[in-house]
Amino acid sequence: MSKPKVATTSLAGCFGCHMSLLDIDDRILKLIELVDFDKSPINDIKKFTGRCAVGLVEGGCANEHNVHVLQDFRRNCEILISVGDCAIMGGIPAVRNGIPLKECLDEAYINGPTVYNPSGQIPNDPELPLILDRVYPCHEVVKIDYHLPGCPPPADMLWEALVALLTDKPLDLPYELIKYD
Amino acid sequence: MSDTFTFTIDGVEVTATKGQTIIEAADQSGVYIPRLCYCEGLKPYGGCRICTVLINGRPQAACTQPAAPGIEVTNESAELNKHRRALIDMHFVEGNHFCMFCEKSGDCELQALAYRFGITAPQYPYMFPKRDIDATHPDIFIDRNRCVMCGRCVQASRDVDGKNVFQFVGRGSDKRVAVNSEANLADTDMAASDKAAEVCPVGALLRKRVGFAKPIGKRDYDNTPIGSDIESGKSAAQ
Repeated sequence: MSKPKVATTSLAGCFGCHMSLLDIDDRILKLIELVDFDKSPINDIKKFTGRCAVGLVEGGCANEHNVHVLQDFRRNCEILISVGDCAIMGGIPAVRNGIPLKECLDEAYINGPTVYNPSGQIPNDPELPLILDRVYPCHEVVKIDYHLPGCPPPADMLWEALVALLTDKPLDLPYELIKYD
Repeated sequence: MSDTFTFTIDGVEVTATKGQTIIEAADQSGVYIPRLCYCEGLKPYGGCRICTVLINGRPQAACTQPAAPGIEVTNESAELNKHRRALIDMHFVEGNHFCMFCEKSGDCELQALAYRFGITAPQYPYMFPKRDIDATHPDIFIDRNRCVMCGRCVQASRDVDGKNVFQFVGRGSDKRVAVNSEANLADTDMAASDKAAEVCPVGALLRKRVGFAKPIGKRDYDNTPIGSDIESGKSAAQ
């Protein structure tokens, strides 16, 4: 029987949650006995090769590409987990939510003290995904089954959660592992 | 006539003295009733409603309700905890609580309540309100993004420090803590040694230059849930 598949992605995040996943250290060898990694930056597979048991999403939705990827994950994963504070509440990217989008872009590309932009244009190439009015947590865009908070979540929490879900056990996280920072 | 009497919390008999509130009697008996705006030493006013319990079947704020002989108090029930969780969730979405860079993280009572209730994400949409900060004072700063309107600073400044530095202004979602000056906190007679500077349950009112002094792992709520100190009194008494 083939092993269940796990997919991971980073939306508007810093990859810290993926680094935390790598922090499970040698347990990653046990993990690959339990699962095959599908679409993920860990193995650099770009497209889903089949339906996945678990999808881990790091980062919130800051642009239309993030929304597209998130919806793709929802379609292809049985259980979708938002990992880390950016996925759960927008995180550091959401600091911009109190500032109008135009002001953010003007500061970044025109008025910022270190900006050199003689044309005064804000990048608008069709290749660039459209930025959203604000950063959205994943569960405000698609249905999310579980949340693993933390910035990043402790490696032990990711390990405990993955093993519980993949072995059909209840996801009962001990107090010490639930942290928002 | 004796000043002490008994009543029950979740079916367990506890002793109280005349004049005590439910929460005071519960604390003394090692029963933790979750609370946010209540602060020992300040006059309770039942603002946050997280300490709501059922008294003979009726919901009441445990911090303001006097204990009385023979009453039956329900503290731990699925329904009460569901309401408490909803209140905690609302606090998180109505402000801007960026725990990852907050100096108070690990020592924050709102965060600790969320940990105790096992909340991994709030159930309501985030409002991301626009709030301001006031860093003008040399020793203290206000970050209204984190304010939960508990009123502890207002009370402490008025009743303990005798200064009336803070007051609530505005209504509804525009309500905020204002300072007693033309412009900023720096123009008030607030001092870092004031009681008001230490009572904030979240990171809205903080002393400067002491942040992150306690390492991760040694902060108040890193290893044991909020209320454990009260509950450990129970185990010591038994």
